[in-house]
Amino acid sequence: MAVAKAQALLAGLDVRDADPAGDDAALERLAVWALRRYSPIVAADPPDGLRLDMTGAAHLLGGEDAFIADLARRLADSGIMASIAVAATYGAAHGLARFGPSASTIVHDHDLEARLAPLPIMALRLDIGTIDGLHRLGVVTIGDLADMPRAPLTLRFGPDVGRRLDQAYGRAAEPCDLVEAPELVRVRRAFAEPIAAPETLARYTGKLAVQLCEALETKGLGARRLDLLFTRVDNRIEAIRAGTARPLRDARRMTRLLCDRIETVAPGFGIELMTLTASVAEPLDYRSTVSSLIEPAAPDLSELVDTLANRMAHGRLYRCAPTQSEVPERSVREIAPLARPAGAAWPADWPRPARLLDPPAPVEAMALLPDHPPASFTWGGVRRRVKRADGPERIFGEWWVRDGELSAVRDYFQVEDDAGERFWLFRRGDGEDPNTGDHRWYLHGIFA
Amino acid sequence: MPANPQISALRAQIARIESGGKRARGVLPFGIDAVDAKVPGGGLALGALHEVAGGANGAVHGAAAALFAAGIAARTSGQVLWCVTRRDLFAPSLAQAGLHPDRVIYAEVGDEKAVLACMEEGLRHGGLSAVVGELARLPMVASRRLQLCAEESGTIALAIRRWRRMTEAADFGQPTASVTRWRVTALPSEPLPVPGIGRARWLVELIRARAGDCADFELEACDDAGRLGLPARLADRSAPAQPRRIGAAA
Repeated sequence: MAVAKAQALLAGLDVRDADPAGDDAALERLAVWALRRYSPIVAADPPDGLRLDMTGAAHLLGGEDAFIADLARRLADSGIMASIAVAATYGAAHGLARFGPSASTIVHDHDLEARLAPLPIMALRLDIGTIDGLHRLGVVTIGDLADMPRAPLTLRFGPDVGRRLDQAYGRAAEPCDLVEAPELVRVRRAFAEPIAAPETLARYTGKLAVQLCEALETKGLGARRLDLLFTRVDNRIEAIRAGTARPLRDARRMTRLLCDRIETVAPGFGIELMTLTASVAEPLDYRSTVSSLIEPAAPDLSELVDTLANRMAHGRLYRCAPTQSEVPERSVREIAPLARPAGAAWPADWPRPARLLDPPAPVEAMALLPDHPPASFTWGGVRRRVKRADGPERIFGEWWVRDGELSAVRDYFQVEDDAGERFWLFRRGDGEDPNTGDHRWYLHGIFA
Repeated sequence: MPANPQISALRAQIARIESGGKRARGVLPFGIDAVDAKVPGGGLALGALHEVAGGANGAVHGAAAALFAAGIAARTSGQVLWCVTRRDLFAPSLAQAGLHPDRVIYAEVGDEKAVLACMEEGLRHGGLSAVVGELARLPMVASRRLQLCAEESGTIALAIRRWRRMTEAADFGQPTASVTRWRVTALPSEPLPVPGIGRARWLVELIRARAGDCADFELEACDDAGRLGLPARLADRSAPAQPRRIGAAA
């Protein structure tokens, strides 16, 4: 379409000259950003794509779904409308991202063929002449193409069609050019003879860590994220990524973090190149420790936190801190395990149960209105007679958080049954005004 | 019982053999003479694994067991690692048992294998003062590993045994490598002259102690410094001549 025609169709059109070099540079910058944030193996895929290897990197962001949600959100925040596809091969992910049914797709290995079949052959990265020729033959989708005999196709269109098909279905390997980020601190070691034994890998990991620490020391940096790449003789790249809570420049600890997951590396026929990169580095200066005669120095827990955080695939590590809220389930906030001590604790004047049920369990209770504790209640099919009770502790809804809580009230009672078990019950509402709650009873916690 | 010097010498020799040449780590006393006299060494051994379970319904919710463990952890000095699979522990109650929230790092993991791995890692580090884990199953091999890690670093390991159903609590009879094994059951609280609930009371049973006898005590629950208390009618009773009555008072 000519510019004049486009301008006639849309008023106020912003016209700029194409700048392929600038586009490539911007894509390269985006790739380096993805390398720091998401995955150790990132390649720019000009003109408009990024290729990320998620293997072994998704768990740091909480799984594949969380990974692509985070990626899409951050790209959208910076004004890039991206469509994302996750698949076992790069060829398939490339096609699905551009021609797939939705903006974010995750394809599992077992339905890869079914999901590829309906895509148009444009998704296969073929040149335009080949696509025209295939269209003339009546081939529209990848499924049609995959069903055709291979030999006549190769005779007519050359080897490219078969190669792209194999790459999409994962029958042929596809090396990639990793993004280069010269500003990152990186050390590498090539081997004349490929190595494969885990012990050997671990030994050289230790040597690389020492080298990296020396390189970091000259710059006064400490690593926050470490990427160890293993280039195999068949040109595939395996990666280990480890994160640290504080800048780290200690070869022994680096080796330990990386070697913890060395069994996830499949060496294949051997590894000929190992690269260790500090993808995220922060300034780290020597600190003098203050020796105290009176009390011993607080032990450094960052090593433990790093080890646990890197090992937990589906876990979380946190500390609790109080928030300004009277509602029990909102009074606890999670903070990072090595955050500065908050100092404050919760107010100690009201007893709080050791176990808090989430959500509160509805119970049948018999009580005099408005402010008597229940005489008995039934929870889980067992009726308990209340022997002693304390309360009510009235907690008002937080109208400044949610409009619906403007008049909401909970009355909490601590009750003890015949056997001596202590429970935390509450009634929604103040016992008089139906606007404050429906006067149902709930069990919210169990005291010790 | 007057201590026989020959028997004490033998005990010391056995302890030396058992520790494999490692030095003894000392104990964490409860601060209650009646309890400390019954626990071998005069308190909970540091650098050892201890098991705590709840009695009756507590086997399922483990509220009293958790607070008992929190009280022990609170009386140590340093950071505590608390490994859980279920997220129903309410941090304010730990603060009320003397365990300040700044001192506890929670590790919430998917399964019990991961709990064991986290506990092991925490024990091996040596910078923590206590490592607590909530576990349903504690096989002999796993408990042995925890015990060895604890011995090495001197960190106290507390396993809160907590099951999904009451019937599974029979698992508590299985042998493990832990040094002591406790069961904590809630008892009716201290009677008050006015309506209300007084300080909570527990029946604390020492079910198993390595090189020691079983015992049970009726105690007042942890105060805000993690200390247990002896109920007033036992502590201030008029006839001090019958120490065996302590056990029978439950």
